[in-house]
Amino acid sequence: MWSILLSSNMQWVLVSTMVLGVAAGAVGCLSYFRRQNLMSDSLAHAALPGVVLAFLVIGEKNMLVLIIGAAISALIGAFFIQLISTSSRISEDSSMGMILSIFYGFGIMLLTIANRSAGGNKSGLDNFIFGQAAAMVKTDVITMNILALVIIFALFIAFKEWKLYLFDPDFAQGIGLSSRGMNIFYTVLLVATIVVGIQAVGVILIAALMIIPAVSARYWAHSFSGMIILSALFGGLSGALGTFVSALGSGWPTGPFIVIAAAVVFIVSLLFGKEKGLLIRYIQFKKTQQHVQKRHLLVPATQEGDAE
Amino acid sequence: MTYTAWIILTACLVGITCGLIGVFLILRKTAMMADAISHTVLLGIVIAFLITREVSGPAMLIGGIAAGLLTAFLVQSLHALNVQQDAAIGIVFTTLFAIGVILISTSVGNVHLDVQHALMGEITFIPWNTVTLPVLGTIPQATLMLMIVLLIVLIFLTAFYKEWKITTFDPSLAASLGIPVMLMHYVFMSLVSITTVASFDAVGAIMVVAMLITPAASSYLWTDRLIVMLILSPLFGVLAAILGYMIAAWLDTSISGSMAFATGIIFLISFLFAPKHGLLFRKMYRTE
Repeated sequence: MWSILLSSNMQWVLVSTMVLGVAAGAVGCLSYFRRQNLMSDSLAHAALPGVVLAFLVIGEKNMLVLIIGAAISALIGAFFIQLISTSSRISEDSSMGMILSIFYGFGIMLLTIANRSAGGNKSGLDNFIFGQAAAMVKTDVITMNILALVIIFALFIAFKEWKLYLFDPDFAQGIGLSSRGMNIFYTVLLVATIVVGIQAVGVILIAALMIIPAVSARYWAHSFSGMIILSALFGGLSGALGTFVSALGSGWPTGPFIVIAAAVVFIVSLLFGKEKGLLIRYIQFKKTQQHVQKRHLLVPATQEGDAE
Repeated sequence: MTYTAWIILTACLVGITCGLIGVFLILRKTAMMADAISHTVLLGIVIAFLITREVSGPAMLIGGIAAGLLTAFLVQSLHALNVQQDAAIGIVFTTLFAIGVILISTSVGNVHLDVQHALMGEITFIPWNTVTLPVLGTIPQATLMLMIVLLIVLIFLTAFYKEWKITTFDPSLAASLGIPVMLMHYVFMSLVSITTVASFDAVGAIMVVAMLITPAASSYLWTDRLIVMLILSPLFGVLAAILGYMIAAWLDTSISGSMAFATGIIFLISFLFAPKHGLLFRKMYRTE
């Protein structure tokens, strides 16, 4: 079992899914506070046609080109969601569901064509649906790490701006921070995180890596910075753990195991978290109950029959 | 009936059933719940398969309903624990779906179930898996299941039409009238689940979302009346199914993918040209 850890390719893959998890966890916090958790889900699905189109155009699996294709298609998806939900009476979640499934359907159409022309499933594009971290080669790993680090850096360098944008948009505008610019920055960051992750986690489950760590962190941290750090930590942990477990079996997809790892972290946080975790809440409830009971015992003894 | 006719009939049944259910999904603003349920139904089907060891209609339907209700229940409970609604959806469906995929790809991988199949649907295989019935003769199993589900959906929608209407448009009025709003919610989620399960063979987990949401959203742009929406939306669903089949035959590609794409075309036309709520009309109206 431990021999897997010793192979150098595996070490690289583990490092890169961990860095990816850190980036996804941190960016996921922004979505959490914008209350757009499912946006990452629909944009991830919307990236699929871009991946396949990029492959069909250049005819080989070049990680960077596929990522650019994915990013363009996800951004078009984001634009459509925005357009539909602002300029018609369709609600945002309906437009997200539509874009998600239509783009995905289009992606599957293209994928069927690509698989046929590349002779069966040799294109390896199927890995993009559930993620196959083990299929990454050295250059993929390096590309992924660099991009993930750029995302983390972009989040870190504009930390104060993010805080203003999320919690006090009026004030942010007052001091000249363009909310339109920040919106675009946010969408680009979101899309970048998604497309960097799809090779390792897959289009269907990458959203989990952005949603679950942020919600888990909520149970431990009180401040924005604390939450981002914890969420990044949880993301990194889930990424590495899931990748490791999926490497134990041959051909096991990586994405689902990463999600399970994140879910375990979430359940532990939900139960034992220090900020409104279930256990803490239960103890507080019991304490209040005892307190009230004690006081009520005294009431009839002192003021019998009194209306107060 | 010929091979092609069976495929088109099945696709149309998917369009009608999903179109009907979709209207209420859109109006109740629970579109993303459909996305969640369409994913988690996979887990229900896998578990039903693990227990019965066969791919049978009733077992799959029961497994699907159970998974759908579990999803609705977990989302509701997490929401009650102060987790944002959409975050709760995101956590629940990805986790349950991941468990389903792991079960398939690790232990049952060599048997009949196949993730690819579940996600993309294999409508082309449907005419080969038939059952023989006394009155209807030999018909494909998936088509029969869709007919039954459509019947159930129609019965539920017509029998409680007024209740659906009130709980959808004014839940607090419904509650004050003594209509069990929560029960209706779970019944509705069960209807979504069986629709998804029945459509699974034909269009797969994710494209069913397109069939559920898009025709209904398109019809929402054409009319303000519920009853008209309930007629238009299945009509758009059928149109998308036929159009999708034609595109797929023309490009020789995935039928379910093309059907999802065709719903997109219908929506785009509605979005641009629908009277009153379309983009063009609103632009003209504003300039006048």
